[in-house]
Amino acid sequence: MTDTRRSQALHAGVILLLIALFFVLPAYHVGNLARILVLAVYAMGYNLLFGYTGLLSLGHALFFAAGMYGLGMTMQFFDLDPATAFGSGLIAALVVSAVVGFLALRTSGVAFMIVTLMFAQAGYLTILYFGEYTRGDEGFVIQQAERVFAGFDLTGPTERYVAALLLFSVCFSLIAYIVQSPFGRSLVAIRENEERAKMLGYDVVRHKLKAVIISGVMSGAAGAGYALLFGYAGATFATVQYSILPLLWVLLGGAGVTIGPLIGTAFMFYLIDYSSSITTAYMLVAGVVLVLLTLFAPQGLAGEIRKRALPWLP
Amino acid sequence: MDFGPHFLIASLEGAITAAILALTAMGLSIVFGVMRVVNVAHGEFYMLGAVIAWWVAHLIGIHPALGFVAALLLAPLLVGVLAAAADKLILQKIGYDPDRTIVGTIGLLYIIQQSTLMTFGPDARPVQPPFNTRLSIPWFEFGDNGFEIIWPWGLGTTSYKLFVIFAAIVILTGLWAVMTRTKIGLIMRATQQDNEMARAFGVPVERVYAWVFGLGAALAAAGAVLVVPIQQAHYLMGGDPLLLSFIVVIIGGLGSLPGTVIAAIFIGMSDGIISVFFSPTLAKIIATLVVAMVLVFRPQGLLGKANP
Amino acid sequence: MAAVTILSTTGLTKSYGGVVANNDIDFTLPAGQIMALIGPNGAGKSTFVGMLCGRISATAGKVYFDGEDVSHLPAHKRISLGIAYTFQITSIFAGLSIHENVALAVRRRLGNASAQVEEKVAEVLERVGLSDRAQQRAGDLSYGHQRILEIAMGLAQEPRLFILDEPTQGLAETEIEEFIALVKSLAGEATILLIEHNMDVVMKTADYITVFNFGEILAEGTPMEIRDNEAVQAAYLGTAQDA
Ligand SMILES: Nc1ncnc2c1ncn2[C@@H]1O[C@H](COP(=O)(O)OP(=O)(O)O)[C@@H](O)[C@H]1O
Ligand SMILES: [Mg+2]
Repeated sequence: MTDTRRSQALHAGVILLLIALFFVLPAYHVGNLARILVLAVYAMGYNLLFGYTGLLSLGHALFFAAGMYGLGMTMQFFDLDPATAFGSGLIAALVVSAVVGFLALRTSGVAFMIVTLMFAQAGYLTILYFGEYTRGDEGFVIQQAERVFAGFDLTGPTERYVAALLLFSVCFSLIAYIVQSPFGRSLVAIRENEERAKMLGYDVVRHKLKAVIISGVMSGAAGAGYALLFGYAGATFATVQYSILPLLWVLLGGAGVTIGPLIGTAFMFYLIDYSSSITTAYMLVAGVVLVLLTLFAPQGLAGEIRKRALPWLP
Repeated sequence: MDFGPHFLIASLEGAITAAILALTAMGLSIVFGVMRVVNVAHGEFYMLGAVIAWWVAHLIGIHPALGFVAALLLAPLLVGVLAAAADKLILQKIGYDPDRTIVGTIGLLYIIQQSTLMTFGPDARPVQPPFNTRLSIPWFEFGDNGFEIIWPWGLGTTSYKLFVIFAAIVILTGLWAVMTRTKIGLIMRATQQDNEMARAFGVPVERVYAWVFGLGAALAAAGAVLVVPIQQAHYLMGGDPLLLSFIVVIIGGLGSLPGTVIAAIFIGMSDGIISVFFSPTLAKIIATLVVAMVLVFRPQGLLGKANP
Repeated sequence: MAAVTILSTTGLTKSYGGVVANNDIDFTLPAGQIMALIGPNGAGKSTFVGMLCGRISATAGKVYFDGEDVSHLPAHKRISLGIAYTFQITSIFAGLSIHENVALAVRRRLGNASAQVEEKVAEVLERVGLSDRAQQRAGDLSYGHQRILEIAMGLAQEPRLFILDEPTQGLAETEIEEFIALVKSLAGEATILLIEHNMDVVMKTADYITVFNFGEILAEGTPMEIRDNEAVQAAYLGTAQDA
């Protein structure tokens, strides 16, 4: 089998597995999995920038929140139907990531991390400042009656899982396609050696900007999807913690591997789910995992698999 | 109150913020300057300083002043040792690789914060100031009787608040003397200039790094000990100082120590003054955006020299 | 015979603070020529070619490629016009396979046409003798092979002007012979600007030599003329022979 065929088989296999899990798993875990799939979309968006392009952003919560509020606010105040509101969530994320990318990409390294962090913090504070409309930290609920699309009640567990899986599958396939395309390969080239990529004639800044925008829009799609499927939008999702979580998921699962984000998100979700049943200090687990990963497994789970067994993993 | 007295109060509050901020940001700045490490867990060392201060004051509990003095000595020491250990166990092991260092210190942030939540609990706890005399401040006005001195109600401060400013100045002066006048300072500056060269001249760079990382954390802890009698200790109190310290270090020019002090005074004063007159949220939004723009368009800092 | 000029500069200058690395350089390179750039270490050769391809921004002066003023173009645009550049200090994608290194160079030109990309990559790897290592990680190659890979990445771009900064540095004797053959085989395909310390390579390949010293052009001429030039001997060859 060629590497391309293997990769197609792998991605199709993962989606088939997720369909099968719906029939096998008990309801509680199906509910969890729907949430994991939406969050994994966020992680996949993050992975394109961090894992493939080598840009460490500490401000992705801004893009997630742009999608979330882009959908939530338009549904709340303009009574848009879910599909149109989802579109406006994507547009919000597109605009925000284009502006942030344009500015932040003038910097590199540590400065890039801090600039993205600062923009996200400003975004979070802005949501608080307009608390009259956004309801600040408390957030607002999107009513069940509004979350019906084309006769499809997205609050039902089956419909919700189907919708989450659909969103995930589209983004998963898209990422698989992108990273194996000439564009994706040149992102990897930039990650590996920016100067050399430039001197091969690649427009490095433009490539990075495209990567920020695709990554930002995918994160926004996750935010919009989250608000729609779980019926809630709140400023918590714009905090620094939500910028750090996708970094954690991607590092754990494997940066620069297409299946890394899903593995990392699922793993961490259950780890935190389990530990929060024991202690309120459940983020301690996140901290310990981050430190252990940096020390002992910077490649993450899928990264180690690629290194040891399956070098063709895209 | 009229504008004048109101402004004076705001400036005093600003000066206290500035004093604490100068200490905390100086810690971040030294670590960045010498080690080129961005310590995201810096705010947690600050928080830990405050929490340890509460423990010490609580355990000693004979007289507030005694407890406070013990805390002022012990908290920075303990926090410094802890930070040096973290440097040895984590940062040194990953060779200070920039990405991995950020991730590692984010992990450290959660470990410290959440461990504190598990042990110290979610409540805010006060520490008694060692002394706290109320001092009224006079004001003047042109009334019916011409110029007169008045004592507006609410215009005043406490001896402790003045002490905070004084203590911060003493600590920073001491630090400056160490950096410029002693062999330790010379070694630190040599390492900052060129660590390979320093190593070649026999400087134990690893040990210097551990010391510097400890010193940076200890400065944050000292700032926190000074602040607890005014602000109370809480496990989430590290967030704001971290953000403000970032702002200060960036505006002052990454790694520039005089720049850091000037920027701390500027940010602290304006933060104090702005938040008295405007919504603090709006002030923070503007501040973070300004910092982002400074990094984008003037990476050497507002106060730094352009260096092509 | 009036040769077409592929590249020229007027008044090209670079100063680093007080150090003037290149001072007011007027330079002409006829199309199809193999030109060697020689001169002592620190003479400003790397700085000069860096400014030609846009990697280093010039303090003053202009660069013309194909008669067009390219001074304002960023590096990647100049490269796209048909310039290839190899670094003095080896710069490859160490974490990627040799095949992918070359493919990246090809793809920038051919884009999505994957069959043509494969064909070109195979051809280039064959030409430099790295075919049997195609799937190896570039960072695992020996130093000499890494340098050859970098040259392969240049070839893969099918450049009209190929700039090589000390390509034979660190190569073994046999590899140098192969390099000489490779450069000669390129004659007619591309114009070559070669920074080179190894006088044997220079004499065997160059049609024309330009000598740099202290950031200025000290002499220009055919290999014979340069060998007989006393100023050059004093500044460069003399010291090289002493060494
Ligand atoms: N980035 C730089 N900053 C300061 N000086 C530089 C820099 N790059 C080169 N130089 C100086 O410019 C001069 C020319 O260097 P270079 O072009 O590398 O010479 P060559 O390639 O001929 O050996 C040298 O004196 C060198 O020290
Ligand atoms: Mg050179």
